[in-house]
Amino acid sequence: MRDLITMDDLSNDEIIEILDSAERLLPVAMGEIYAPLLQGKVLGNLFFENSTRTRMSFESAMKRLGGEVVNLSSVGSSVAKGETLYDTMQMVDGYSDIAVIRHPRQGAAQYSADAVEIPILNAGDGAGNHPTQTMLDLFTIRQAHGTLEDLNIVLVGDLRFGRTTHSLSHALVRFGTKLTLVSPETLRMPNEIVRDLQSHGVDVTETEDLASTITEADVIYMTRIQKERFPDEDEYAKVAGVYKMTAEDLSGAKSNMIVMHPLPRVNEIHPSVDETAHACYFKQAFNGVPTRMALLCRSLGVDVPKEVGE
Amino acid sequence: MSEMRRVTAICNGTVVDHIPSGKALQVMQMLGVNVGRSNPISLVMNVPSGKVGRKDVLKIEDRELTQSELDRLALIAPNASVAIIRNYSVAEKREIELGKELVNIARCSFWNCITQNDREPLPHKLRVVSSEPLEVRCAYCGRAQDMEELAGSVI
Ligand SMILES: [Zn+2]
Repeated sequence: MRDLITMDDLSNDEIIEILDSAERLLPVAMGEIYAPLLQGKVLGNLFFENSTRTRMSFESAMKRLGGEVVNLSSVGSSVAKGETLYDTMQMVDGYSDIAVIRHPRQGAAQYSADAVEIPILNAGDGAGNHPTQTMLDLFTIRQAHGTLEDLNIVLVGDLRFGRTTHSLSHALVRFGTKLTLVSPETLRMPNEIVRDLQSHGVDVTETEDLASTITEADVIYMTRIQKERFPDEDEYAKVAGVYKMTAEDLSGAKSNMIVMHPLPRVNEIHPSVDETAHACYFKQAFNGVPTRMALLCRSLGVDVPKEVGE
Repeated sequence: MSEMRRVTAICNGTVVDHIPSGKALQVMQMLGVNVGRSNPISLVMNVPSGKVGRKDVLKIEDRELTQSELDRLALIAPNASVAIIRNYSVAEKREIELGKELVNIARCSFWNCITQNDREPLPHKLRVVSSEPLEVRCAYCGRAQDMEELAGSVI
């Protein structure tokens, strides 16, 4: 079946095809047109760890397309009683036509895909992959700039542990995008990842100084520095809040530069940025809906018509 | 010739030659050769050898190892050579083949991998991404495996 476990499951052409479908589905995502392309289909939403944003955007995507959603609540369920993932998946296989899985253990999505017949979409497995996030990020970038090629993308924050930025940068270099990596010394992107990115023949620049990157940037992708990544309070305090962007900081930016963030933010983007034309993070969050619609259709083998709603 | 004679000095069985020095006990473990209640076994360890410097040799009497049993050795002794002995002479030579996937041969060593839960029933699977040098990744979590660590986590 058509699983989506990592971005490696998609060729560049497939990525573009999915982004095109997502674009056509935008009016459906906004509720302007009703297009019941997935009527009669049931999505199993399996969130073994909390992620309200991702879960709701899948739910909205499925329902806007006329499909139904069944949710797994792990608290107090058979999962909490120690049921194996394999057994849980056998049950889900019977209840739904496709499943979205978010799990604290790495490899859980591929394991589920091996355990059942229905297509599996990975919505985050431990520190592993979260390809639907990467797809919505690509969608947002292309929406703003009309292309994924020849852009200068600045990634900021925790580049050491952040799987969002790892996955996104891997996808971007496939399209020849230039990357600028901004992080404190202790949170630099792992060397093997940087080498891997450079092996695609693109420019990868590393710096600690966010301000110096702003005027040249087409996209500034901010991430939060997560407290739970640090062994002790002191280490966290050293880097917490090193990057705080305000509207004033962006005065020299290109007019079409966008600021992105996977949300929730802590204090790395000041609310004053929200008022600027650069703020794109809420739109980005919403873009999860059309992108996931396109991915649901693809995995269920449903073509998105050239003219949706006609 | 004298070298070969020494190695083939069993009547019937299997000789695993050119095992990297010091790995013979691990090879026995991987083959499920149980010292307590098994066929007669001879071990020759740290023999000087032109091919790998020093080597171990393992001889198992009255048991012919199958190809799939031998392929398990690819992780720790990929260059070992194997002879099936019948009536004191080499009846067949076998090579160890490294497949694309190692199924239920060793477990992924990543602490947060889904396969760390022993009750999960699907097989442990490692994908071979390169053979020279040997590089394998967990088929589920995708983590590259440390070869030393992996040899210690054979099933
Ligand atoms: Zn693993």
